[in-house]
Amino acid sequence: MAKEMMKGNEAVAEAAIRAGVQAYFGYPITPQTELLEWMSRRMPEEGRAFVQAESELAAINMVYGAACTGRRVMSSSSSPGVSLMLEGISYMAGTEVPAVIVDVMRGGPGLGNIQPSQSDYNQIVHGGGHGDYHPIVLAPCSVQESIDLTVLAFDLAEKYRSIVIILSDGSIGQMMEPAELPPMMPLKTSFPEWAVDGAAGRERRFLSSIYMDAPAEEVANMRLLNRWAKIRENEIRYKEYYLDDAEYAIVGFGSAGRVALSAVRQAREMGIKVGLLRPISLNPFPVDAIEALGKRVKGILVVEMNTGQMLDDVLLATRGKVPVEFYGRTGGVIPFPDEVVSAVQRLAAGPIVTTGHPRDRWMKFMSFLN
Amino acid sequence: MQTEILIAGFGGQGVLFGGQLMAYAGMEYGKQVTWIPSYGPEMRGGTANCTVIISDEEIGSPLVRHPRVLMAFNLPSLDKYESAVAEGGLLVVNSSMVERSVDRKNVRSILIPANEIAENLGDKRLTNMVMLGAMLANQPVLPLEAVEKALEHHIPERHKRLLPMNIKALRKGAEFKPVAVK
Repeated sequence: MAKEMMKGNEAVAEAAIRAGVQAYFGYPITPQTELLEWMSRRMPEEGRAFVQAESELAAINMVYGAACTGRRVMSSSSSPGVSLMLEGISYMAGTEVPAVIVDVMRGGPGLGNIQPSQSDYNQIVHGGGHGDYHPIVLAPCSVQESIDLTVLAFDLAEKYRSIVIILSDGSIGQMMEPAELPPMMPLKTSFPEWAVDGAAGRERRFLSSIYMDAPAEEVANMRLLNRWAKIRENEIRYKEYYLDDAEYAIVGFGSAGRVALSAVRQAREMGIKVGLLRPISLNPFPVDAIEALGKRVKGILVVEMNTGQMLDDVLLATRGKVPVEFYGRTGGVIPFPDEVVSAVQRLAAGPIVTTGHPRDRWMKFMSFLN
Repeated sequence: MQTEILIAGFGGQGVLFGGQLMAYAGMEYGKQVTWIPSYGPEMRGGTANCTVIISDEEIGSPLVRHPRVLMAFNLPSLDKYESAVAEGGLLVVNSSMVERSVDRKNVRSILIPANEIAENLGDKRLTNMVMLGAMLANQPVLPLEAVEKALEHHIPERHKRLLPMNIKALRKGAEFKPVAVK
């Protein structure tokens, strides 16, 4: 199929349709609304279910109900709306039903603003809803990757009976780029043995996240954890750029990863041998790849559009074996590549610091904002 | 090789479509492209801008601090972004809406009365095409023909009958011989 110019949000929506999503439930919020708008037109065209709910709470519980039928279902929102959905996401995780959720992140906390941000990293990757569960989290950096990861998200959700969250942001959602959509896939016609979709002629099935008996809940939690171990074994994804001869490395995901790519090229023109590792699966996190990277380079710079959330995961992965520095912008401010180039220059110029926390050094550097 | 074009003006001046047209043309010409709008709680008559990047390789950041080209459709846009243009870059100013000259000495500047040219062609809404034509003649990031072809492919269906006028406006802009600004 030929490439078309598409907005990130619309590309995710159409990719979900091509991947066979059978029901979408959502509520408008900038900078995600184009996704819902696209669905409102295309889902009825395809004879599939679209509901604009009265709130995010209602939408996620509609997703929960529809997911229990074993059909492909999804919702999408932006940061404050996703916060509202987390209770339902936890219930789905506890019930072990698959669903795809898209978070087009914006500046926060609170109502914040509608500019691009990555400040939901901790919320989405490390928790969100209550209880012992792990969502799969995929972070695209372009319109094409938004499409590819949306299709993958439905497959992974079903394969592992898991929540899969596409962690995008306002920049990727609003941007237009040429991209290629997959062909229309046929809708599913057979459904899993746990699905509740009418018990006529067979024994009734029961889906719930309630385990009043604590030992039974413990067994359920260990089942989730064993499944998560398989996910960690099989579903780690990342991309490397200019790392073959690199003396320094940047780690950045999504939009920050793209800004870092521009910075890497500029720094290389200045003679600094720097490369980039861009995590695509934020959960499971590419721990081994980053640990190995730490052994090859003289220093790592983490770049994010938040105050250093993934930074903590990079520090865990590198185990203090390599100096790590941090550069970020927050609150909906997007860093320009030259800011990241400067951070690379500071790292390369030394002296290498191994005491204290990189976030503290970055805070000192950013003190002009105080 | 990468060229960044920042297009800025009032909502309704065709700023966003002008940028999309460049992106479509770049894509169809075999280049890598990105188009990213400013978005916010904006309304009609407010400011609008977008950044288009046309490149030979995978594009990193869709935004840059110093774009190679600025197309300023009105005074607030020139005031805000004049200092941002990369040294040796190009500044295309819609002089119909900007009652001042350009301060920067280390960029190339084109002052073009795009509103008047568009009105003389019969429709003020052609301003964006006049501006694009002038830009392309001075920063050959894509051949004019590539943009004309993209226009043919992507002009909204309801405006199809306006295609010849739009192409005429592009060419008029490209033919414009500016008074040199030092």
